[in-house]
Amino acid sequence: MEQIYRENLMDHFKNPRNFGKIDNCFSKKEVNPLCGDEVEIFVLFEDDKVKDVKFLGSGCAISLASASMFTEKIKGMSLEEVKKLESKDMFDLLGIKVGVNRIRCVTLPLKALEGIC
Amino acid sequence: METKDYRKDFPILSKISYLDNAATSLTPKEVVEAMNEYYLDYNANVHRGVHELSEKATVAYNEAREKVAKFINADVKEIVFTSGTTESLNLVAKSLGLVEGDEVVLTEMEHHSNIVPWQQLGVKIKYIKVVDGKLDFDGVITGKTKVVSLAHVSNVLGTLNDVKGVARIAHEKGALVVVDGAQAVAHLNVDVKDLDCDFYCFSGHKMFGPTGIGVLYGKKKLLEKMNVFNTGGGMILEVTKEGFREGEVPAKFEAGTPNIAGAIGLGKAVDYISKVNLENDLAEYCVSKLKELDFVEIYSRGNGIVSFNVENVHAHDVATVLDRENVAIRAGHMCAMPLVKEVLKANAVCRASFCFYNSKEDVDKMINGLKKVNEVFNGTDL
Repeated sequence: MEQIYRENLMDHFKNPRNFGKIDNCFSKKEVNPLCGDEVEIFVLFEDDKVKDVKFLGSGCAISLASASMFTEKIKGMSLEEVKKLESKDMFDLLGIKVGVNRIRCVTLPLKALEGIC
Repeated sequence: METKDYRKDFPILSKISYLDNAATSLTPKEVVEAMNEYYLDYNANVHRGVHELSEKATVAYNEAREKVAKFINADVKEIVFTSGTTESLNLVAKSLGLVEGDEVVLTEMEHHSNIVPWQQLGVKIKYIKVVDGKLDFDGVITGKTKVVSLAHVSNVLGTLNDVKGVARIAHEKGALVVVDGAQAVAHLNVDVKDLDCDFYCFSGHKMFGPTGIGVLYGKKKLLEKMNVFNTGGGMILEVTKEGFREGEVPAKFEAGTPNIAGAIGLGKAVDYISKVNLENDLAEYCVSKLKELDFVEIYSRGNGIVSFNVENVHAHDVATVLDRENVAIRAGHMCAMPLVKEVLKANAVCRASFCFYNSKEDVDKMINGLKKVNEVFNGTDL
């Protein structure tokens, strides 16, 4: 009944993948002043590849599900591939449409990653 | 007349339950028509022109100021048109001649627009604490206080502050009183003489007028003494190569071509407000319904404002689900981060805000929507 809050998104929100912290690696925190969302991404590179990635965060279901799916997607990607990621990839990943005011909820993890790469 | 008749003046109400009135109220047809009439029939600049159109526009602009003055029981020279409450507050803060180290007293329930302009001045800011939703201003205002600036009605809690009481204490201590009346004007009869405040700021768009127009009321003697704010055409008596002489109040604070259509629209909104009964008990009804939901935490109610959160659900997710049910509410920190984050200890809150054209059906729709929110987020274990 609720198009945005699909089962897959709710699953990632309630059971976030790769939730946690990695010590001694690159990390960046981004905030969304609208919702007060916070997402901090930790990325461990090895041989120019994402060897491990985790995130910490609090906020709305969309931003947290987005971060969870994002970490699954980029694990194993090369640095070159990661650098090519753009907002469109985030929307494809979540498979939802959001209003203009909530675009940042979806792209927050990507913004954090851009601060690293 | 019944509320139902007035609903016809607001076409948007046929589409959704609009419960975001504290952010901006809807605009009735006659206000829009008054502005259209200006643009289509007598669009001209004010004050300087000698042709007929300009005279007509000037008369309409001046009439709007008279209406606004009467609306809050002020003198017409005490009404400065601004772009809104935010500009009014910036104007006061930056034109009083405060210097670093001066003491300004604010409250913990202020909107950012009544915090940031003062922070920019480098003055010492003290905050009146919010205890159980109310101000505890005992002993905060002292002989060192230069200005006390506070909301008439809180945009998050709906609390009606005792401006009159604060003004009495502040004036005893020799401080000026600035009031952010943005949330009050569509709910209360405001009388600046009775309140005895020195400045009163409000916006057109929160009282059924257009966006981009607002008001700064100031006691005439104070306005005359204050530094000019924006400068340029319209605010001067004379300009030479070396300098300028400022105009009289209120012109000295209205540099540039003013928002003529906006002022005319605001004047019409004042006419409109005087026709309707602003009072309703929908906030109380809403709270009684929310209390039946064991998954909702209520922060406040009063003067048309109800703030709450749904257990385990971010306010924006609540608002998004309600939006799909055709109910518009606000979610976030309401531009009052110190209150929401530091006092209420919430990341964000949901706010339903009512005005005279809302109905019990609007509340019921929201309550049903909240039950869906709870189903989606708290119903199944994934």
